[in-house]
Amino acid sequence: MNIVGGLRGIGKRVVNAVWRTGYGARFFVMTLRYSGMSFRRFRLTVREIFFSGVLSLIIILVAGMFVGMVLGLQGYETLKRYGSESALGSLVALSLVRELGPVLAALLFASRAGSAMTAEIGLMKATEQIDAMELMAVNPIARVVAPRFWAGVISMPLLAALFSAMGVFGGYVVGVVNIGVDEGSFWSQMQASVDFQHDILNGVIKSLVFGLAVTAIALFEGYDAPPTAEGVSGATTRTVVESSLAILMLDFILTAFMFQGA
Amino acid sequence: MERTTLDLWVGVFVVAGIAALVVLALKVGNLSTYNVSESYQLQAHFTNVGGLKPTASVRSAGVLVGRVVSIVLDTSNYDAKVTMSIDKRYQFPKDTFANILTSGLLGEQYIGLIPGGDDKMLQSGDEFKKTQSAVVLEDLIGKFLYNSSDAKK
Repeated sequence: MNIVGGLRGIGKRVVNAVWRTGYGARFFVMTLRYSGMSFRRFRLTVREIFFSGVLSLIIILVAGMFVGMVLGLQGYETLKRYGSESALGSLVALSLVRELGPVLAALLFASRAGSAMTAEIGLMKATEQIDAMELMAVNPIARVVAPRFWAGVISMPLLAALFSAMGVFGGYVVGVVNIGVDEGSFWSQMQASVDFQHDILNGVIKSLVFGLAVTAIALFEGYDAPPTAEGVSGATTRTVVESSLAILMLDFILTAFMFQGA
Repeated sequence: MERTTLDLWVGVFVVAGIAALVVLALKVGNLSTYNVSESYQLQAHFTNVGGLKPTASVRSAGVLVGRVVSIVLDTSNYDAKVTMSIDKRYQFPKDTFANILTSGLLGEQYIGLIPGGDDKMLQSGDEFKKTQSAVVLEDLIGKFLYNSSDAKK
């Protein structure tokens, strides 16, 4: 009997997960379909860019600076062994632009802005604001969800670019100003190895995809949260966990596509 | 509709983000060295390109004059056909040498051009007649070991 019960539990979970995936996909398509309003009344989107993008600026800039400084220190220690300290610039820039910039900025964005989005929408649902909108014939997906979605998609590449630029500056401060790597070779090796199309544009594409994934997950979790205190807190946790995993998995897939023949 | 402080902050954010992208493109990346409109293409055949890759630099007297566009195997005589785009400002004589060189012991490989004395210049689509392949370190070591063991006998 116990085995049957256990099997039944597993089956229920699997069916539930598939069900939820389908619901999430439909939610995503609806968000795209009702996106018109977030561009016609662009003020709605601007407001959300402020909350998800501008308020994430500080954490992104500080984190980028420190990541760049650590890269500068660690890279120097390793490169010194091979007598190629001058390659420090290209090491710092390539690792930031290709991987660390988009990925770390997206992880920070997920925990800083994604969780806030989930909690906000979950609470709006719990306090029946969403239902009230539907009663007033206002489509909550067009009014609440879509502007947040586009705000996230717009903010993410900008945040990632700021993260990378800040990181390069941090690497410059540690490598050139503190340790004393030659400034000319730092920049010229960097420029020789970082390709605009191959590295920088691919990084921007990565951060766009991450922004899309993080906001889609955060909004869906908020919209789907049970309208209770525990429901909202659980949904917020799930947003951070799921979007972090999604970022890392998508990063592997995108990297495999972008940098294979290089 | 009136302006709000919120608009200002979003504007600052967007401008800063785009500025970061521009800095990445110009200062970190190589966009400033691209001269797409003013370049012409030259070809060269090498028996072995070693570790040469597309976008590798083409230098003459150490000065960057162009980039490698593509490397393909030419099946007519089974050697590598390298296409490079050269800056329009620089013209090279017909008997220019194209060598594959390495910057430093473990550095990246690039094409070095050593100009000859011909009066006629290479035109777009022309080919370098004199080329020297990449030095493959394993081959060199192999030959060295083989020769030294021969000498002992």
